[in-house]
Amino acid sequence: MAKVEIRAVSKAFNKTQAVSNLSLTIGDGEFVALLGPTGAGKTTTLRLIAGLEMPDSGSVRIDERDVTGDAPADRDVAFVFQQYSLYPHLTVFENMAFSLRAPIRRVPEAEIRIKVQEVARLLHIETKLDNKATQLSGGQMQRVAIGRALVRSPSIYLMDEPLSSLDAKLRGEMRLELKRIQTDLGATILYVTHDQTEAMTMASRIGVIESGRLMQIGTPREIYENPINAHVAARLGQPAINLLPAALFAGVPPAAATVGARTEHLTIARGGGDVSATVTRIEHLGDQSYLHLDIGGRPVVTLSDPEASLGAGDTVSLRLNKPLFFDAAGGRVAA
Amino acid sequence: MSASNAAHSVVEPSTSARRFAGLLVILYAIITMVPLVWIVLTSFKSPDDAISYPPKVLFKPSLEGYCNVFTTRSRQTPEFFQTLGPPQGLCDNIARSRNMVVAGPSNYVPRFINSLIIAFGSTALAVALGTLAAYGFSRFRVPLKDDLLFFILSTRMMPPIALAIPIYLMYRTVGLSDTRLGMILLYTSVNVSLAVWLLKGFIDEIPREYEEAAMIDGYTRFQAFVKVVLPQATTGIAATAIFCLIFAWNEYAFAVLLTSGNAQTAPPFIPIIIGEGGQDWPAVAAGTTIFLVPIVVFTVLLRKHLLRGITFGAVRK
Repeated sequence: MAKVEIRAVSKAFNKTQAVSNLSLTIGDGEFVALLGPTGAGKTTTLRLIAGLEMPDSGSVRIDERDVTGDAPADRDVAFVFQQYSLYPHLTVFENMAFSLRAPIRRVPEAEIRIKVQEVARLLHIETKLDNKATQLSGGQMQRVAIGRALVRSPSIYLMDEPLSSLDAKLRGEMRLELKRIQTDLGATILYVTHDQTEAMTMASRIGVIESGRLMQIGTPREIYENPINAHVAARLGQPAINLLPAALFAGVPPAAATVGARTEHLTIARGGGDVSATVTRIEHLGDQSYLHLDIGGRPVVTLSDPEASLGAGDTVSLRLNKPLFFDAAGGRVAA
Repeated sequence: MSASNAAHSVVEPSTSARRFAGLLVILYAIITMVPLVWIVLTSFKSPDDAISYPPKVLFKPSLEGYCNVFTTRSRQTPEFFQTLGPPQGLCDNIARSRNMVVAGPSNYVPRFINSLIIAFGSTALAVALGTLAAYGFSRFRVPLKDDLLFFILSTRMMPPIALAIPIYLMYRTVGLSDTRLGMILLYTSVNVSLAVWLLKGFIDEIPREYEEAAMIDGYTRFQAFVKVVLPQATTGIAATAIFCLIFAWNEYAFAVLLTSGNAQTAPPFIPIIIGEGGQDWPAVAAGTTIFLVPIVVFTVLLRKHLLRGITFGAVRK
């Protein structure tokens, strides 16, 4: 395991600027998640570190060594692809042994056997080792893909949305398992996702990326509670933060153009609040409900107690409780 | 729509449709098989049976055609036969019944070996070059890629024989005429365009993540190509190889023009048999029958790949 650093890296594909001037340091043993929408440049960042793309400018350093011009094989990184990319002509065992059998490593066959079996046990696929990779279920394939990376002890594991093609239940399980493995191995991981739950639950730090730029990086708590702009704020929280014109509310800072209100910033009462809102729809999710409101023509979504006897058409009043404020450009304004 | 029809699956053809399709296939197979069967039958006929009218379907089988294609014979006087001992083997026996003796082996075997070397050699070369070129076109940003691909294809647009005279003159100058190497190079250059285009389609279908994964796993690009791309391209390579082999194996025009003694292949040799001692149709048929064997064997060996190969792109895994 090692420290990985990218310095002011930019990469364009034809006229599309995929990554611009991005700097990021991943400490030894750290789990960093890059969170952003599709096309934000997350995958390109991973590919630049792996050496599958060459940066137009900037440098990549692994363990204080400049690897910017090195071939992928010489960088000692492991990559878990979104679409598994298991070699279809090989068995599960051969897939997992593939990297250890590379000519540059020359690992003895007996050692390979031990290592693969150890990782297979860790991932609960030890009974599938003789199967063809294509005969597995999605969850098993995903575990083989992760196992293929885990048989090695690279400087860094690069994971590109490795759980995105699993169903919700399996995703939840794998999330826990992956975090457990990372803690056990003390592995350095850069994990790309557009799923905020994955980022929030697994990462020690989250980097929010948008249009090829790293907007903010910090612990999940920092990012959630103290976003530097409206983009970052909108990335986290379920339901998503409500961005409302400041004019609707009294007592906002003069520089604020927008008020960002998450569920915890809104108190619902029958009367006596700051503004009144109309209930348009209630979605019951079991333990909680999504409450859809209308404030002066603006939709607002918040959570409510399922026991609350509210129905469409009811009027409620809302009180703001230390919300976030943003200026006209989306930048954060102090309260 | 009747009630019984509604029970059928929409995509699965009904039993009667299946039977009808089967019948069509069998009919078509019979139509295409007739000439082949006739050739094989003729190869076992005596020369008289072969040209009898109406044609004989039932006849006394004879190996005379096979003897004649593998041997040369000379006509002798009855006095000469009295000086000879008993016939040496089956073919000598047949020859003597026609007042001839076996003078020696014919050129069929060397011609056949030439065909094998030239066809398989050029196929191997065309497929090897084609695979590498197709991989390059598929994976790298090649300047003027589309123009180059079109140029490669355009070499196929002219009928090959239109180039015969320039090639003949060129080959004579550089000493490649009537050599196996010359024929291998010629067939390779004709086939390589087909190989590039066919194989590029196959390699495009192989996700590049496989090689990227292999390269991160510690392999060089070429090692990744060998370990990961080639095994997955076997279907395409097999299909391409069969197409190339069939062309090189059957090619007649260039073979007639550019080869005579050393490098002559079987196709121009077989018709020459007609000229030796009258119209020896059983010998021609025997030569043709044997000539068919390698391609049939090769195709049968690769048939699993070929079926998937010809329908490539139709089914995504």
